[in-house]
Amino acid sequence: MSDDSPQKIRTEAIESLLKERGLIDEEAIDEVIAMYNERVGPMNGARVVARAWTDPDFKRALLADGTEAVAPYEFEGGQMEKLVVVENSPGLHNVVVCTLCSCYPWAMLGLPPRWYKDPAYRSRIVREPRKVLKEFGVHLDDGTEVRVWDSSAEVRYLVLPERPAGSTGLDETALAALVTRDAMIGVARL
Amino acid sequence: MDGIHDLGGREGFGAVEYEADEPTFHAQWERRVFGLYLQRLGGAGNIDRRRHAIERIDPRAYLDHGYYGRWLGAMETLLCEANVLTREEIDARAASLGARPDDLVAARPSTKPDVMGDTEDPGDSIRPLTRSPRFGVGDDVMTMRHGVPGHTRLPAYARGRRGCIVLHHGGWVFPDTNAHGKGEYPQHLYTVAFTGAELWGETAEPGVVVHLDLFEPYLEFDDV
Repeated sequence: MSDDSPQKIRTEAIESLLKERGLIDEEAIDEVIAMYNERVGPMNGARVVARAWTDPDFKRALLADGTEAVAPYEFEGGQMEKLVVVENSPGLHNVVVCTLCSCYPWAMLGLPPRWYKDPAYRSRIVREPRKVLKEFGVHLDDGTEVRVWDSSAEVRYLVLPERPAGSTGLDETALAALVTRDAMIGVARL
Repeated sequence: MDGIHDLGGREGFGAVEYEADEPTFHAQWERRVFGLYLQRLGGAGNIDRRRHAIERIDPRAYLDHGYYGRWLGAMETLLCEANVLTREEIDARAASLGARPDDLVAARPSTKPDVMGDTEDPGDSIRPLTRSPRFGVGDDVMTMRHGVPGHTRLPAYARGRRGCIVLHHGGWVFPDTNAHGKGEYPQHLYTVAFTGAELWGETAEPGVVVHLDLFEPYLEFDDV
């Protein structure tokens, strides 16, 4: 008997059988894992956000048609046939979820964190978003509207956070470093 | 399908467990499942079929085995249904690797899986339509009151609810048919806004609007 988790053992069983039949393409697996470890992640979304903060024409285009606006970046990672960017402003806060599975804009943010895929977040954020956001440290006054975006089809959502106070004069690269994954999901403010 | 996956609005799951500086994968097996599942072994792997395979795993495993555990269950389900592997040989191999007889196995392959044909996954879902959309931005709509068997993308919490169309996204592959090998039947897709009060009644938090992306067949005009 083993102390390994049932999932680990099951994975090894399936993998070893597939390997014996020559069905596993190791190179393809290494490539896809390298892609998500190295080239796909929240730094992509952060570049887009920082540019929107500094380039009003780009921001207008991004909010009007996110897919087209980010196309020139040629981000890898999939899960993003259509991108809709929703903007936070004083009196308006946006937050993204997928209650039915765990849809997430991989190409902009990388693979989702565990809490995003867990039942607690998926069940609660559509029902009591203010309470959940408070637990994340986002305190909204009663006058602030909360818009929840439940990604129930192939459209993917990205929150454009408010530019932080005190960031005047920073260039796009410095601004991008301030943008977090959580702010682009909508569970943090900058 | 009224499955365990349809989590919106369920209660009792407690606090969100946040992990600072979380790694992409928490174990080597998660990394392997990720790489293997994206190879789409098991054939006819359109996105809707693969999502539905996750919905069909053992509901206890859905809650207990984590995200990549769900993928593992879906992968095994599809591999068995495509006759690439058999449940018995996986069980035997797992036992030889130290699995216990009472370990919970997520996969529950159907003995009569949907016939998917030999079509490849096109990898995209946008299908421009020549027919006009039935609804326009600003229209008040009512969602279907009841669920449907099999895969569908109208969450239970938004059934029989009044909302307002805020975006129209054109034509997209219809998951309800595509997941079952019945064809793409593209449909107009809309973003529909629902007030918190419409969804949750008196217990709703103030000033909340929930948006869902819903296919045209899920909607009727709200002319009451």
